[in-house]
Amino acid sequence: MNIRFDKLGVVIAAISAYAAFAAPFATFRANRIVPGQARSILEALPATTGTLLLVTIVVAALIALFKTPLVLRLAASVAALAALALLIGVAGTFLTPAGNTFARVSPASGFWILIFAFTLLLADVLTRLNLSPLARVGVLVVAALTIGLLLISGSWDNLSILKEYFNRADSFWAEGSKHVTLALGSLAAAVIVGLPLGILCHRVENLRAGVLNVLNIIQTIPSIALFGLLIAPLGWVAAHVPGAAALGIRGIGTAPAFVALFLYSLLPVVANTVVGLAGVPRAANDAARGMGMTDRQRLFGVEFPLAFPVILTGIRIVLVQNIGLATIAALIGGGGFGVFVFQGVGQTAMDLVLLGAVPTVALAFAAAIILDAVIEMTATRRRVETA
Amino acid sequence: MIEIEGITKRYDATTVVDDVSMVIEPRTIAVIVGTSGSGKTTLLRMINRLVEPTSGIIKLDGADNRSLPGYELRRSIGYAIQGHGLFPHRTVAQNIATVPVLLGWDKDRIKARVDELMTLYQLDPEAFGPRYPHELSGGQQQRVGVARALAAEPNVLLMDEPFGALDPIIRAKAQEDLLAIQKRFGTTIILVTHDMEEAVHMGDKIAVMDAGKLVQYAKPAEILAKPASAFVETLVGASERPFRLLSLGRVRDAMEKGSAEGEAIPGDASQRDALAELLWSGRPALPVTGADGKPIGRVTVDGLVKRAARPA
Repeated sequence: MNIRFDKLGVVIAAISAYAAFAAPFATFRANRIVPGQARSILEALPATTGTLLLVTIVVAALIALFKTPLVLRLAASVAALAALALLIGVAGTFLTPAGNTFARVSPASGFWILIFAFTLLLADVLTRLNLSPLARVGVLVVAALTIGLLLISGSWDNLSILKEYFNRADSFWAEGSKHVTLALGSLAAAVIVGLPLGILCHRVENLRAGVLNVLNIIQTIPSIALFGLLIAPLGWVAAHVPGAAALGIRGIGTAPAFVALFLYSLLPVVANTVVGLAGVPRAANDAARGMGMTDRQRLFGVEFPLAFPVILTGIRIVLVQNIGLATIAALIGGGGFGVFVFQGVGQTAMDLVLLGAVPTVALAFAAAIILDAVIEMTATRRRVETA
Repeated sequence: MIEIEGITKRYDATTVVDDVSMVIEPRTIAVIVGTSGSGKTTLLRMINRLVEPTSGIIKLDGADNRSLPGYELRRSIGYAIQGHGLFPHRTVAQNIATVPVLLGWDKDRIKARVDELMTLYQLDPEAFGPRYPHELSGGQQQRVGVARALAAEPNVLLMDEPFGALDPIIRAKAQEDLLAIQKRFGTTIILVTHDMEEAVHMGDKIAVMDAGKLVQYAKPAEILAKPASAFVETLVGASERPFRLLSLGRVRDAMEKGSAEGEAIPGDASQRDALAELLWSGRPALPVTGADGKPIGRVTVDGLVKRAARPA
């Protein structure tokens, strides 16, 4: 039997070799602001554990390197990721001097590259397994539960990002819920306004170009500039419209952040509604009219169901975009995970930046997977049922 | 009965349909023929008011078609189009049930009607009912499209090039099916096509349209024998004329006494088929068989050639 290499595996093996042997696994700092000292895997872990991790990585990389069965590759990637996740916590405990609350241990480039390499392997395996949409959501749930368990078990408690979390546990959840409320609330508002607007643009041809152009222009305004532009009008509204201030409308804070996210969300929702409705087969539309459907029956019975997957794609774009953009709301006092990012930048405390960035990325990632699955299910439902 | 009286449709300066009047007898098939842009589809769509005429009146069984709201009128008129226009997100059964659902029939009645139509169109309700249109062949999709148009038992069926997308063999079968069903339900059918062959084959009467005007409205034999203008003559096709004329008649009607050798032809085949068979096999005469398969006479080349000549 001749030995054959896996193309992606070559890349994975190369970067994991570099990350395991040449790059630092963890960083140790005497306190949260001073520059850190790099620690390799063997320095960051007790001798036997460190050797075991190296062996695991080498074996998993070899499995990735050659053409091997999918099940074996799946096992290798899961084992490597699990070992890395568990042992970075062990490194945290091992490197922190007993009783020292100022010392910080954080994952270093080697760790992140290894996580990247084996996540790549896992993603490749999952793609090749051609999982159904529900199964993909299932994988996401299992991954989220695993991470949750690791967090609850306390095995990561000695890592710097969690130490930052313990200092801000209350505000973390408050900002988190503000972040989600901003992203989802502006999405909901955009759907409530954008769907009818899209339908109107579809029906009234003269309106289409104008509306889409205006939304396009809004989309090109940089977010910080848009926040700035909104301060004056919203401040005026707060000062002059009775009751507006009582509703929390002010020149800075949540209101302009909400309005800006809403404006950014409109283009994808309206544009995808227009494209989706335009994609409805002419003959189906003609038949619907010819058989005596009223305009409303045709809209809800034929046009809308057929355009739905495309509209949902727009909503997916908006949700992922909003989760990321909501970070910037912190700049004008809108709250959200961005608060930690900007505080961290101000204090040159990278761990605090990560405390804001990591949950944001995780949220966006999860939202993308879930909505992709929903889109695929609505688009293929008619095929799956009879397959 | 459908009475079209002085119907005109203008879009800005262009007149698409120009003062057309015609009467379509109940339980017959009227075929509207013309080139693209002749206004035939617009004329058809004005009958169920998908297009509103600029002037003129259309009466269905004596009642002005504007006495009902457009959508209610359309529910009482069958409508089948080229490319069938089935709803891709609904099953075959749901597609056929469209108009009965709009009319608020109860579930059992809808199911009974859908099953009846599917059986009529040789589609097993159990097997095909839950399928989606994209899982059917082109011919099956077309049959579902016509079944859907007939679902609410309309007296009138409008068809816009319903067989346009089918290959010749499936198309011939679909035409035969439609003729059989028209006979069974007594539906008045108005069919738009650009294919004179189809018009001669299907129509009790043929309306020829050119540049928005109704040029000639007559029985197929008369259109073939006495084309009203050079345009109709071109449309009929000078080289095809004798054969189209023969295709209107049955072998039984051209039968002579006597017998002949070789393979027989059934009495209800068309005279054109008989002539083709005679020419192809190089025989002077064919035996003709009755419904029971027994020989009842013969048909000859000479006899058919006489019938193919321009009528006096």
